[in-house]
Amino acid sequence: MGIRSLISLIRRNKERIAKHLFALSASAAIAAVGLICVFLFMQGLPAMWDIGIFNFLTGTDWQPDWTPPRFGILPMIVGSLYVTAGAILFGVPTGIFAAVFMAKFCPAPLYKILKPAINLLAGIPSVVYGYFGMVVLVPFVRENFGGNGNSILTASILLGMMILPTIITISESAIRAVPGEIYDGAVALGASHEHATFRVILPAAKSGVMASVILGIGRAVGETMAVRMVAGNQAVLRMPHEFIRGVRTLTANIVLELGYAYPGDHRPALIATGVVLFVFVMLINTLFAILKKKEGV
Amino acid sequence: MEKVSKFSLKDVNLWYSDFQALKNINMEIPANFITAFIGPSGCGKSTLIKSLNRMNDLIEGCRITGDILLDNESIHGNIDVNMLRKRVGMVFQKPNPFPMSVFDNVAYGPRTHGIKSKFRLNEIVEKSLCDAAIWDEVKDRLKKSALSLSGGQQQRLCIARALSVQPDVLLMDEPTSALDPISTAKIEELVIKLKDSYTIVIVTHNMQQATRISDRTGFFLLGELVEYGKTERIFSVPKDKRCEDYITGRFG
Ligand SMILES: Nc1ncnc2c1ncn2[C@@H]1O[C@H](COP(=O)(O)OP(=O)(O)OP(=O)(O)O)[C@@H](O)[C@H]1O
Ligand SMILES: [Mg+2]
Repeated sequence: MGIRSLISLIRRNKERIAKHLFALSASAAIAAVGLICVFLFMQGLPAMWDIGIFNFLTGTDWQPDWTPPRFGILPMIVGSLYVTAGAILFGVPTGIFAAVFMAKFCPAPLYKILKPAINLLAGIPSVVYGYFGMVVLVPFVRENFGGNGNSILTASILLGMMILPTIITISESAIRAVPGEIYDGAVALGASHEHATFRVILPAAKSGVMASVILGIGRAVGETMAVRMVAGNQAVLRMPHEFIRGVRTLTANIVLELGYAYPGDHRPALIATGVVLFVFVMLINTLFAILKKKEGV
Repeated sequence: MEKVSKFSLKDVNLWYSDFQALKNINMEIPANFITAFIGPSGCGKSTLIKSLNRMNDLIEGCRITGDILLDNESIHGNIDVNMLRKRVGMVFQKPNPFPMSVFDNVAYGPRTHGIKSKFRLNEIVEKSLCDAAIWDEVKDRLKKSALSLSGGQQQRLCIARALSVQPDVLLMDEPTSALDPISTAKIEELVIKLKDSYTIVIVTHNMQQATRISDRTGFFLLGELVEYGKTERIFSVPKDKRCEDYITGRFG
């Protein structure tokens, strides 16, 4: 078959070929998720079984070097929950207000600076955030709140900053997507710009804003490098009022110890930590999907 | 007896950047009348109606000269624009209910203007929906989303919403152009009923509609008010050739 006839064959079947190409790319993505799932569960589940699922999830001691070792990850589960909740506390209101400002109040010249700045914020590697946390936030917390500065509070503030770009960008486009007629309708009733924005436009954009928050939460739960640089990383179960003390998250647990895991259950237990993290992220995504379906984003 | 003017327009000129959309408009719009604006597309009907509650303020590059008096007081002078818009309500061409419940749609206006009492709000919502002839259709679904209503119902809801802040004037920019004949008939009936308590200005492309409901008609062409007078007179013995051509459908 000559090259000419090959080309004409491709031409004639362009659409079918494209379709298969797309299908192939899509399956690659699915295969990646599937493989991760399989390996994670294959290596993690037996360890969980060995340790006892209940002991593993609710044990408060994480002591891989004891004999026998203890593998309880409750401190880390709670740690992840604390810093995520903290990130929500700092990041969500700030992000939403920033998005409203950008979409409805920002003068054009300022917007030209603000928008790229926020895009840049999204692109900064997490280790750089971590460094910023170490040199700025840690001393700040130490001096103003006490403790050594490596704490739940510090990690929460830092994570709150890191989820800002996600929340701002997605919320802003959700707010902009609200039809202008809706705004006109509110203003025509004698509502002020502020009133129309906060009572009509923002509620109308609520599903998109919710989506941004959930994606932000996903980012906070999964963040590793920056958190481990400022959180103190003690595998100790903390109470909420101990927010100026250190904590270890699920992600930090894995990355801190995987490099020098002891023989036996240690390494599988770390992978099992990954399984728990995976389930968390899956729950968040499911929540996202449900919301999306309900609101028709 | 000469009617009292609700609006007096004096030498109104309006520009969008450097395009002049209204040219030297002088007209008196009488109180408790239905005044219809007619004219071909792009002649400035929407522009003029939006000038009456200063919705044009929202458009960048829009400039207006001359004066518009509402009850003998300039709407460009020492007046709170939000209070102006409360007095001069507006219904848009495309129904634009807020994406919230039927109740909240109608309660939004009163809430904006500081009414908090649940009892009072219930009262206002019911009265507005009744006045807009839609109460019977929605009274069992006040908590449902307004977006679940039909187009005609949505438009009447928007009328109810406009009535909820007790305006003096109702501006309607082609309120029935997106609706079926039955919804249109309902709204026309409603508009006639509302005339007793409100001054109504309506833009329409439908000549029959103008003759059916309006007392006064203004014919616009390229930003000018070509002819203005009693509706029967305009449609029976138009003075201007262009107006005659337009209403008899020979325009173009
Ligand atoms: N925001 C704007 N910026 C610039 N020009 C505009 C703007 N709005 C309207 N115009 C122009 O002003 C003129 C009058 O527009 P207007 O919308 O008032 O016409 P209309 O009589 O309501 O027409 P239609 O019957 O199609 O609704 C048109 O030439 C239009 O192109
Ligand atoms: Mg128009």
